[in-house]
This record gives sequence, C-alpha cells and structure tokens, in this order.
Amino acid sequence: MREAQIIPLPHVAAEPEAEPRAEPQAAPGPEASTAQADGDQRLAQALAFLRRRLTGDYEVDEFGFDEDFTDHVYLPAIRPLYKSWFRVETFGMHNIPDTGGALVVANHSGTVPMDGLMTALAVHDDHPASRRLRLLGADLVFTLPLVGSIARKTGNTLACNADAERLLRSGELVGVYPEGFKGVGKPFADRYKLQRFGRGGFVSAAIRTGVPIIPCSIVGAEEIYPMIGNLKALARILGVPYIPVTPTFPLLGPLGLIPLPSKWLIEFGDPIPTAHLGATAADDPMLVFNLTDEVRETIQQSLYSLLMQRGSVFS
Amino acid sequence: MAPKVVLVTGVSRFLGGQLAAALATDPRIERVIGLDSVPPSSELPPSSSRVEFVRADIRNPLIAKVISSAEVDTVVHMNIGTAPGGAGGRTSMKELNVIGTMQLLAACQKADTVRRLVVKSTTTVYGSSSRDPALFTEDMNARAVRSSGYAKDSVEIEGYVRGFSRRRPDVSMAVLRFTNFIGPTIDSMLTRYFSMPLVPTVLGFDARVQMLHERDALEVLRLATVGSYNGTVNVGGEGVLLLSQAIRRAGQFPVSVPAPFVGSLGGLLRQTGIADFSPEQLRFLNFGRVVDTTRLIDDFGYRPRFTTAEAFADFCAQLRPVIDPGRIRAIERRLLRAATLNRIREPVDA
Repeated sequence: MREAQIIPLPHVAAEPEAEPRAEPQAAPGPEASTAQADGDQRLAQALAFLRRRLTGDYEVDEFGFDEDFTDHVYLPAIRPLYKSWFRVETFGMHNIPDTGGALVVANHSGTVPMDGLMTALAVHDDHPASRRLRLLGADLVFTLPLVGSIARKTGNTLACNADAERLLRSGELVGVYPEGFKGVGKPFADRYKLQRFGRGGFVSAAIRTGVPIIPCSIVGAEEIYPMIGNLKALARILGVPYIPVTPTFPLLGPLGLIPLPSKWLIEFGDPIPTAHLGATAADDPMLVFNLTDEVRETIQQSLYSLLMQRGSVFS
Repeated sequence: MAPKVVLVTGVSRFLGGQLAAALATDPRIERVIGLDSVPPSSELPPSSSRVEFVRADIRNPLIAKVISSAEVDTVVHMNIGTAPGGAGGRTSMKELNVIGTMQLLAACQKADTVRRLVVKSTTTVYGSSSRDPALFTEDMNARAVRSSGYAKDSVEIEGYVRGFSRRRPDVSMAVLRFTNFIGPTIDSMLTRYFSMPLVPTVLGFDARVQMLHERDALEVLRLATVGSYNGTVNVGGEGVLLLSQAIRRAGQFPVSVPAPFVGSLGGLLRQTGIADFSPEQLRFLNFGRVVDTTRLIDDFGYRPRFTTAEAFADFCAQLRPVIDPGRIRAIERRLLRAATLNRIREPVDA
C-alpha cells in the first residue's frame, strides 16, 4: 500500500534556472515569478522530505528498499559523479524491457564497486521507464555498518538464489556481477579480462523464473582505482578480500580515495531469452554452463568493441 | 472437527490467557483447561471463567494425569519463555523451555486421547545475520545458528516436536512461527523497546522489522487450535518497517550506539531494571528478520488483518510521543509560510 505523496517531476529538477534568484528583482516580470514559484516548490519539497524523514512517513518494501531516500538523497548525491566525473554514456537501453523481470549481468571492476552504483543510476536516468536496477551484493557489503544499510535502502539485496528469484518473480529488474571479488579486486594488468563467472547461479535463477538475461558491458570502471598491489597479509587480518594499493592510495592518504576521471561507456546487449527452456532446465548443469559461457563471451566481445570505440582512457 | 477438551499451557501469559478465554466462548468446546505455574493475571475477559485453571509446572508428572483424566484431545503449548529475566535466569529458562517441552510431549505421547498439538514457536529459529536472505520461507534454516538463548531453545523445541510427530503420526500438528508481537495491550520485547524514551539503535545498521498484531496472533492461535492445518507456518504481518522508521513513527528519539558497546548497554539496562534484552534480541537490532507468509495466507487460510505498519500504528496510538508528528507538521507549515512571505516582501523593499 502506497500513500499518495508529492513526487518531483524529473523535468522540474532538470530545468535550467531561468533567472539568478539571488538578486531581488526591481520589477518582477512573469519570468521571475515562475522562477520564484519554482523555488517555492523546491523549498516545499525539501521541507516535505524532511518532515517525512522525521516522522517515518515513507514506505519500504520487504527488501528494505526506501524509494524516498533513494530518489531524494542517494541518486542526487551520485549523479554529479555520473554526469561530470565519469561522463557515462549508455547504449542499448532499449534492450531492457519497460516492465517485467529481467536479469542484467555485467562485468565487475574498479577495486571499489562503483560500477554497480553507476549502472543503477544509468538505468534509472536513461531508461524511458526509469526502471530500478536491484543489485545483488556480496555478504561483505551487508556486514559492513552504514554501507550495508545504505545498500539495502537503495534497493539492493544479498546475492543468493532465494532473493534473486523472489525479485525476478515480482517483475523487478535485477543486476548481478557474477565475477564478484575476483572481478572487482583484480590487478590493473588484468583489466577487461573477464574472470570466472561464479557457479552459474545467476543463470539458473533466470531459467527458473523464465526471465531474459541482458548482458551488460561496462568500460571505464577498470581505471578509476588502478590496483597495482594488494596488502594480502593486512587484508587477511581484517577479514576483507583485498586491500588495494593504487598509484595514489595509500600514498596520498584520503586524497587517494578520489577516483580517476576515466570515461565510461555502458552497453546493454541483446536479451538472451530463457523462458522457452522451462524451469526444469535449471537442473541441467551442462545447459547452465553453456549459457553462462555464452553470456560471458558476449560481454567479453562487447568490452573489446567498446574499448576500441572509446579510444583514450580519459577522453 | 472441533476439539472437545483443550489444554493450554502458559495460560498466565497474555496470549495464553486470551486464547483460553477465546476458546471458552466456543460452544463446540466442552472444556478448556489452562495450565501454568503462576496464577493467571486478573485482566482476563469474563468468558475466561469457564476456563479451568490448573496450577502446575509442565515439568511436573501431574500433567500426564491431567491429560488422561480430562481426556484432553488438543494441546496448545505456549509455555515458552523468551527472556531470561522472566524465568529467573538463563538456566531455569532453558530448563522450563526445553525440558518442559520434553516432559509435556512425553505426557502427550502416552495419552491416546490427544490427536492435535499446536506449538507456539518463533521466527527467531531463522536467526538474524547479514547473510540472511531477504525473506525466510518455512523450508529455510538459520544461516548462523545461535549457540544459546531463546533461538537455540526454540530450535531444540521444534526438534523435539518433530520427534514427537514421528512417534505419533496420528496426531496432527501445527507449529506456528510467530514474528515479533506488537499491539496496544501485549507486553512484548518490541513494545518495551519502543516505549523507552531514548531508543538505542546500532550505529550504521538499520534492521528490517516485521510485526504481528496481538489480535492477529490470537486469531491464528485460535484457528490453529480448532482447525486441522498440519505443518509449520510463518505468522507475520504483511510488509516491513525499518527500525529507524518505526522509532520515528512512534515519535521516539533514536540514539545510535556503536556496535561494540551494544552488549554492555544491554547489560546496563538489565541491571538498572529499565529493560531486559537478551544478547540475541540486541543482535536482532542489527539485521532484523523478515519471513514469507505465503503459506499462512494460501495454505493455513488466514490473512492478518493488520499489516506491520498498521499494527505498529495501533501500538503507537497509546504511546506518548517524545517528538509529536503534529508539531513537526506545524513547524513545516510555519517555515514555508515564513519563506514565502519574505520572498514576496523582498521585491517591494527593493
């Protein structure tokens, strides 16, 4: 059950400000009054948002997805990174259906899983239906304080078949990075070389729910934190998969946390249907392996062509 | 077929008393026998006068005699303690929960008249960890099994109940895994938690909490007693609230405590008598727990009348909020009016 609430229209936020509102107008013309009305509306929205947060007057789904927080805090916070820093370009958005379940399978890279954030924002901002990409994250994400709760609030959940199938059955768009830590934490020298695709759990989830698999290739994330070393001993003590050494981290301290402004391209490939296979096909390991390989090959090929297309890293 | 003689253990607790009273209004049921080691509270509805109270411990061999002499055909086992404080320490709590259940089941096994068993279990058997799936179905097991406490007791109790069902396949059995209770009259872990003026939460964590209204809990227990559903079923309200969200809705003030200090805070609260939270209940504040209730709705045939949010709102109605939502709304209106007035005045001044 959802209560009716004021949802800001996207064009309102995107509209360039007509007048500089800082200076008071000598004789307010019609343009000025619209700008003022705009400002009023924005203020009202901000206050309404604060009130909703303070009184708990918002809805979350069973997975803990908090749309109000995602739309008004989280997405606006990462949007500058998406637009100005990485200058993300998307291709093949038409391959994502407007409604119904689908499984987006992407390559994972970048030392810090920034690619997940950017892909989710890409789908939300560039898809005509503004779809939500519900990502499946590793255990570690949900163990960490703050990171885990933000991950849940922004619609993500644990990478397990139960959750994946539940989301897909309820018609959600689900995103998964089958390489996991092997992909995100690989050395810079191995960039754009796909790692092993897990055990194909994502394929069986798609088959069981009969949703299409959409291969997604992300170019650009590899260069944000080029990992040239790994403090393995320290990582083992802290119980994390790796502690990266990049050209700027830990050398420059906190400054090293700033990602390099590489140019990003995200392409969504042709959907691979699974509905015709039938749910029992998920129990056929050979079929699952073959399909996993097919998805992996598709992503690898389109990574190469995107790299050609991009030219230089920071272009 | 409706039961003729019902035995309810743990009748002096809120839900046990309410259930016994509700069963007593059912004309098809000839006798309702309530069992507990302490006398029932006095706030029971008038219909409860038909309930025959037997003051006995379920560990007492006397219950076997009660069951056989009264020809009990339906046993509702609700005498399972959740917090060590109420039972007088963890050892006696475990004694009462696990050994008590064993004794009761042993007595039931001997009694040929018994043909139905209803056990009030809990969703804590699924544990609570970061590696949990978003929703637990009845077929799933805990990812991280607790080594002690209520969750462990409940897992063991369910184990003994399964053993009983193997030895007495003729007895139909409903194991009800309840989520946390909430409501205006019930005294539960969550009602105590949300009634604190400063509500402690774990810094950086926001649990998803699923709740069940006391009236729905009672109705499910009643239906399970008079019905014939056989198997294990999750019982919870639809939807979830985030812990932070619930605290805000209650108008209470959340205080974030770093995870390493949560345990000692729990100890402090226990010692000062403000609240009695077991370590696993404190862990619950990290991750929460949500269960799938499809089986309850489709197979058991009951859809809770209150969603989690509605049940919580019903509880909050009798709570005195520290931060009044009405006042926040008034401040919002005042700020908005002030801002627009200023802006309208600006051009005139210039």
